[in-house]
Amino acid sequence: MSADYPAREAVKAAFARMEEVRAGRDGLNCVVWSDRDWSLDLAKEADERRGGALAGVPFAVKDNIATHHLPTTCASRILEGYVSPYEATVVKRLREAGAVLVAKTNCDEFAMGSSNENSVFGPARNPVDPSRVPGGSSGGSAAAVAAGIVPIALGSETGGSVRQPAAFCGVVGVKPTYGRVSRYGLVAFASSLDQVGVFGATVNDAALGMEAIAGRDERDSTSADRPVPGLRFDGSQRLDGVVVGRPREYFPESLDPRMRERVEAAINVLRDRGAVVKEISLEHTDLAIPVYYIIATAEASSNLARFDGVRYGFRDNGNDGLKGMYEATRSRGFGPEVIRRILLGTYVLSAGYYDAYYRKAQQARTLITRDFGDAFDNGVDVIITPTTPTPAFEIGGGAEPYEMYLNDIFTATANLAGVPAMSVPVGAMDGLPVGAQIIARHFEEAKMFRVASVLENALGVRGGVK
Amino acid sequence: MAVTRDDVAHVAELARIALDGARVEELVRELNGILSHMDVLRKVDTEGVEPTAGVGDAGAPLRPDEGPPIPLDRSLEDFAPAMRDCFFLVPRLSTHEDNVEDVG
Repeated sequence: MSADYPAREAVKAAFARMEEVRAGRDGLNCVVWSDRDWSLDLAKEADERRGGALAGVPFAVKDNIATHHLPTTCASRILEGYVSPYEATVVKRLREAGAVLVAKTNCDEFAMGSSNENSVFGPARNPVDPSRVPGGSSGGSAAAVAAGIVPIALGSETGGSVRQPAAFCGVVGVKPTYGRVSRYGLVAFASSLDQVGVFGATVNDAALGMEAIAGRDERDSTSADRPVPGLRFDGSQRLDGVVVGRPREYFPESLDPRMRERVEAAINVLRDRGAVVKEISLEHTDLAIPVYYIIATAEASSNLARFDGVRYGFRDNGNDGLKGMYEATRSRGFGPEVIRRILLGTYVLSAGYYDAYYRKAQQARTLITRDFGDAFDNGVDVIITPTTPTPAFEIGGGAEPYEMYLNDIFTATANLAGVPAMSVPVGAMDGLPVGAQIIARHFEEAKMFRVASVLENALGVRGGVK
Repeated sequence: MAVTRDDVAHVAELARIALDGARVEELVRELNGILSHMDVLRKVDTEGVEPTAGVGDAGAPLRPDEGPPIPLDRSLEDFAPAMRDCFFLVPRLSTHEDNVEDVG
């Protein structure tokens, strides 16, 4: 890398890597929009400014986060050709820290999915094994980091959409506390759950990205006015005095023994470093998927009402006046999973079913949140679990909708409770990455990163394809 | 609480999504499949438990509705499907007897 033009050289290297790994539609299909000349212009500006914690670092952004110049389409036909007239705060903050945007990444349509197969661009592929999914919904961002194109990428989380693909691709994935990061410019899916998350090739890469994007933003009234702590730690340190909770509900008898063994090995590392491991119970965990899919789809049915063909994106005029235009636009613009979720969400909110489903789910959400509060009140600093029940599965497996939803079984609870959580690679089974999830109390991301740094240091597992 | 064809047709109407008959049948099966897993919630004792609507520091606060709008770097005409004289154009209501204007 040239000392005079570090950003330009780094951006050239990122584009060279995109070609080398065939990141486009005919290959990994993780990058859906990019413009080399435009990114090189951004790099030139970054080199002239010379500064920032991420000076010259190329980064990628999920296709549901607003950026200048490159389209923002949520991998949906209904936003075909849409280029945002404004930029998300998280993207602006990364640029202000010196980083340079090089790619928009593939994802499940409107972030609805766990495999990246529900995309108008077709499925993204896992760089570790291209016959397998990279996970979802932020599969393209995970794959771009795992393939060595960028060290940092942004995704979004509603029920595990950063952590699950991070685990599948062998990289680090972080969902911050609800309110920690601005959502201005993130296309809304389920507003009581959504957060922007960060992927990193290493724990420190993810920490640098999170430090840059976190903090109050006047343009997002749900962003918290809290100081942002440093998140980078020396992974060789000891963890004396740290209490690690091991929730029995996340290690069911049905869990693959190899998955269990990798995560138990990670727990043993923490014990060796001086942490106290405590068996705990998060007893309402089995309610997470029903609660999540009621609340998330209900909120989605409301949020996605804005896509009606009137103001932006795709329109089909239909042949029956205004209502016909709405129906033709939405039926042709949305893919099958998005339609399924809009209808499910409309159903659980509709007269006669609201109390039985939606209100009941909101009450059960309270119980799930209390489980975490009780654990942390009883002295637990962080909770450790497997991130996913299985490693990455084959593309085109054709799972029933609910089977696919079970991918979120270990991750959706953190979104429902609003607590921060991250996935860190801890090994492999059959050559496929395995991730451990670390969960902390609201706004205690630093504890989570400290433990993640120790796991990375001790296990020597660095993400991505060599 | 099984979902029927009429239920699917009703919520599709509410959500402004047009479905053909075969798709309605598929959705009846799929939604029933999903909702059968939601029945576990009925067994949970939630007597006296407050519902959680949001988990932020202060619920879902509204920002002050003041100040100039956030500037856009492209004009609305740049991405609106159909616009004229600062108005978005849409087809007429189907109850209207005039000819539907071509709005592209």
